[in-house]
Amino acid sequence: MIRTLTLSAAVALGLATGASAAGGEAQVTDYAFSFEGPFGSFDQFQLQRGLQVYTEVCSACHGMKYVNFRNLSDEGGPDLPEDQVRAYAEQFFMSDFQAPENQDLIDPETGDQKTLTPADHFPANNTQGAPDLSLMAKARAGFSGPYGTGISQLINGMGGPEYIASLLTSYTGETKDEAGTVLYENKAYPGGYINMAPPLYPDGVVYEDGTEATVEQQAKDVAAFLMWTAEPKMMARKQAGLTGVIFLTVLAVLLYMTNKRIWAPHKKGTRET
Amino acid sequence: MSGIPHDHYEPKSGGAKWLESRLPVIGLIHDTLKIPTPKNLNWMWIWGIVLTFCLVLQIATGVVLVMHYTPHVDMAFASVEHIMRDVNGGQMIRYFHMNGASLFFVAVYLHIFRSLYYGSYKAPREVTWIIGMLIYLLMMGTAFMGYVLPWGQMSFHGTAVITGLFGAIPFVGEAIQTWLLGASSVGQPALNRFFSLHYLLPFIMAGLVIVHIWAFHSTGNNNPTGVEVRRTSKAEAEKDTLPFWPYFVIKDLFALAIILAVFVAVVGFMPNYLGHPDNYVEANPLVTPSHIVPEWYFLPFYAILRSFTADVWVVMFAEWISFGIIDAKFFGVLAMFGAIVVMALAPWLDTSSVRSGRYRPMFKWWFALLVVDFIVLMWAGAMPAEGIYPIIALIGSAYWFAYFLVILPLLGVIEKPETPPQTIEEDFNAHHAAEDTPGRPVASPAE
Repeated sequence: MIRTLTLSAAVALGLATGASAAGGEAQVTDYAFSFEGPFGSFDQFQLQRGLQVYTEVCSACHGMKYVNFRNLSDEGGPDLPEDQVRAYAEQFFMSDFQAPENQDLIDPETGDQKTLTPADHFPANNTQGAPDLSLMAKARAGFSGPYGTGISQLINGMGGPEYIASLLTSYTGETKDEAGTVLYENKAYPGGYINMAPPLYPDGVVYEDGTEATVEQQAKDVAAFLMWTAEPKMMARKQAGLTGVIFLTVLAVLLYMTNKRIWAPHKKGTRET
Repeated sequence: MSGIPHDHYEPKSGGAKWLESRLPVIGLIHDTLKIPTPKNLNWMWIWGIVLTFCLVLQIATGVVLVMHYTPHVDMAFASVEHIMRDVNGGQMIRYFHMNGASLFFVAVYLHIFRSLYYGSYKAPREVTWIIGMLIYLLMMGTAFMGYVLPWGQMSFHGTAVITGLFGAIPFVGEAIQTWLLGASSVGQPALNRFFSLHYLLPFIMAGLVIVHIWAFHSTGNNNPTGVEVRRTSKAEAEKDTLPFWPYFVIKDLFALAIILAVFVAVVGFMPNYLGHPDNYVEANPLVTPSHIVPEWYFLPFYAILRSFTADVWVVMFAEWISFGIIDAKFFGVLAMFGAIVVMALAPWLDTSSVRSGRYRPMFKWWFALLVVDFIVLMWAGAMPAEGIYPIIALIGSAYWFAYFLVILPLLGVIEKPETPPQTIEEDFNAHHAAEDTPGRPVASPAE
């Protein structure tokens, strides 16, 4: 009975959280990403393409204030050469001079933008009221199937990138006017209508690595990139997890044998064998 | 220390004698580690070690997190991201701390349900039980306040909902709520005091854990048969027990290693599974999340809180008899705390002469139903309060109270328990003879 107790408690946990994340009737596609599962890792080139989409498209409205430029050269991340990162930071144009988070990026003498370096963070951008994207991939839950059990989340993560990619590809083209604002119909957005105009177009960016820039490709690339910005140390985390599991499993085996041996004389059956 | 006769520490060397006559600390450690422990303890007796480990883990990781955390409404969220991104090992420390709370509650629930099944709460272990309940209450308080610190959306709005409960207390509610928050709403004063208390309470818990251990070391452990260790002589006691070190320490460490392997897999591979995505959005008083849900470990009691709505006859009756002082909201608050109070009173509500559920044919089924009830309540607590869910939660809440207030007292009268074995030794030998040497009848105790 106690054994079933343990098991059912574990099942209940799964159901409880899976169910809580499943609320809302928005349609999220279960896109496959290279970083899913215990052994998945970021695709360096996909992250670089995603960075390009962010820079050329998203950054016009969305800031990314928790992400530092220097992390773009992190191993396991986009892994860009350091001088490229320096050049990238230098050319980054900040559009929001009012945001309190950006005051460290402004030269107090002239009031102009400082020359950004890898030590600086991506600027915040509140000019359009668009949410900051640093943590967006962790701040949304996505595909929690099958049947809302949350089992896919257990293995693949909470599904923020699926949600982002789905959102970017689920515009129907319909619009409606609400109190002077145009809202765009989007199948993946809770409520069905979103403030953001469709941002991606076929060949809206020209990928440097020659990948064909379909809307879906761009959406997946930027979603993967935003997963990285939300959790730049994901690879280190999985590595630590794996090392820990292996170490503890070996320790458990040793302790099991020790336990068996010290108890043997006291268990009648085993004493005589 | 315990009432079970056993060898006490005798200092041998000169230095040890010198220290022992001034501060008998070696003797204390020796007697604690060598305490005679019923040798038939099963695998449900490992949760105590897991819980001790959790407390140490949470304090150790917490102390490091505090070094990098800023308890300010404008900086708390950013400082957590600083820990996640810039602090060496910060990501793992934070994820261990975050999921450590879940491991803590998994262990405490299994520990509590083990006590409920094997009658560990019954005389003479009522004090151990009551102290355990106090530790559990502190745990809930600490976990709740800790969840506020990252200052995410769920932190903020969850706090607003829970502290709002105190506002439901008649006459003085609002004053109490304001006093708790240090302001009329959740803000800087609340964040600061919750941070302070979140740091303080674990140390009070540590103190209570020592008293908890002291209490059951005085009475001796319960065991799956619920039969007491024979205490008439040392020789007899030794037939029923083995010293805690090394027999149970190694056994418990083995179990702990397996549990930690699973735990580390959760931390390493799916650290956000038990959390809520909304908490990665910085707190914004102006935007309320569509669906405020507490952490999973509060869900059963959250379900009880929500289940007593104004259209339930008990609530209507309470409102009528109290001239409207007890409304549905206050009734829900009373029910939630009452659910823990009735559990704490279990030692005096359980009238059965037999301690262990193993020998109680009817109790077994009611207990199994209680476990199912707990899980159903947890599930119902995660669901929106509409449609069929409030009814399920209400039935679940009703059973929770019925179990403690009606079933436990009645069962002692109407149930005919089986006869437990005479001694722990008998149970131990029967078990291992059957398991290790099938077909070969091992000599049952000759006496």
